[in-house]
Amino acid sequence: MARRPAMRRQASLWRRLDAASRYMFPLGSLVFGLFAIGMPFGLPGQAELAPVYAMACVFFWSLYRPSSLPAPLVAIVGLLLDLLGLSPFGLWAVLLLVLQGVTLALRRRLAQQSFFLTWAVFSAFASALACLAWMAQSLLTLSVLPVLPVLVEMLLACGFYPAFAGFFIRAHRGPAAVELA
Amino acid sequence: MSRLTLPVMLMFSLGLVLIGRADQNLSGHLRSGLDDLLAPAYLLVSGPIQAAEHGTGAIGHLFDLSDENAQLRAENASLLQWQAVAMALEAQNNALKASLNYVPSPVPQFSTGDVVADIGGVYARSVLVVLPADSAGTNMVGAIAMDGRGVAGRVVEAGSRAARVLLITDLNSRIPVALGPGGAPALMTGTNGPDPALLYWAPGQPPAEGAMVLTSSVGGAFPPGLPVGVVHYDAQNDPVVLPLADLDSLRLLRLFSYPDSLPVLTPIARTPKPAATHPRKR
Repeated sequence: MARRPAMRRQASLWRRLDAASRYMFPLGSLVFGLFAIGMPFGLPGQAELAPVYAMACVFFWSLYRPSSLPAPLVAIVGLLLDLLGLSPFGLWAVLLLVLQGVTLALRRRLAQQSFFLTWAVFSAFASALACLAWMAQSLLTLSVLPVLPVLVEMLLACGFYPAFAGFFIRAHRGPAAVELA
Repeated sequence: MSRLTLPVMLMFSLGLVLIGRADQNLSGHLRSGLDDLLAPAYLLVSGPIQAAEHGTGAIGHLFDLSDENAQLRAENASLLQWQAVAMALEAQNNALKASLNYVPSPVPQFSTGDVVADIGGVYARSVLVVLPADSAGTNMVGAIAMDGRGVAGRVVEAGSRAARVLLITDLNSRIPVALGPGGAPALMTGTNGPDPALLYWAPGQPPAEGAMVLTSSVGGAFPPGLPVGVVHYDAQNDPVVLPLADLDSLRLLRLFSYPDSLPVLTPIARTPKPAATHPRKR
């Protein structure tokens, strides 16, 4: 009888740690993924993959677990993406927040839809954001930037979303599920 | 409360875009700090890749050792001939300079660094160079990066451990060049493609195919006469420069910092600087 409260206290500490790590999983995987994609492997399309990965993360977690990726963290990730990817400071922070806002607005309708529909919606969002980034960056540098990277980003967004989403769905049910802690 | 965070963060980020636009140094400082932090990690990844490419210490080159030896011997023989030619030319050059009262151009300091990461953004071409320990304390911003063959770019940001080199193929790269033996002026601008374009050459004298492209001291950013590339025509009236530097696989870069590379007639206000630096030197 006397041992029980002590045990419960210990368990609750571990449980709180567990919950915190589950809560931090989306942010952790996003930041780690950005660093990993930024490593110099010399693969073609690596520079274009970083914003696509960030967009996929923000889209998926805003759709299915919005509490674990709040707006300030998204802004910080956007700034990190700008510093790593040599884009104008703050540009991707704005774009990722726009993506989060749009996704949150459509959340109630979109979350019940099939995987293929969300895939199509993400591809459309990512393409629109890539075009927006191109336009904003062209405006900020006062020059017409090449269009090819935009197309590459669209293709990567369309092609890699199922792989990213497969990873996220597993995380959503396992290591990121705060309610299981 | 939670509904307000998103609009507030959005306004905050838009403000950051404006701040970053107004103060270019802010993102530069943050970026060089991040580069300094990440340089060891980059080195961890790119080191094994480079080792595998060179075959150093690995079994990669064991199979064609004899072929390579024969090739090296042949190259050595021809290089010895060129050495003789070079020494003769140097002697002749010295004699001619002596008879011309030639004033030698200032010798730049240089330091050699490993390229750890070829980190372009979506619309940017740049590489990260790890600075050697002996260059600590010198300001590397503005230093000219060359590989063994030609100009590769300029240092745009430098931290204590790593420097970022903007390649000549980057969209933001503008380099005044001199074309051919006459030194006709032109501007070489990066296009993000493999070959930078040539702009603003004299309308009557288009650059000749195969003409040598050297840096020009116009504007005072570059010392004159560094080799850059060769003129080539992809299409009519559209000359590009084929860079001498092997920009796709840079491994080592020499960073030349010219202490006072601006020529005397440069139209940049430069009076306060010499006054501040010269007493310390003497």
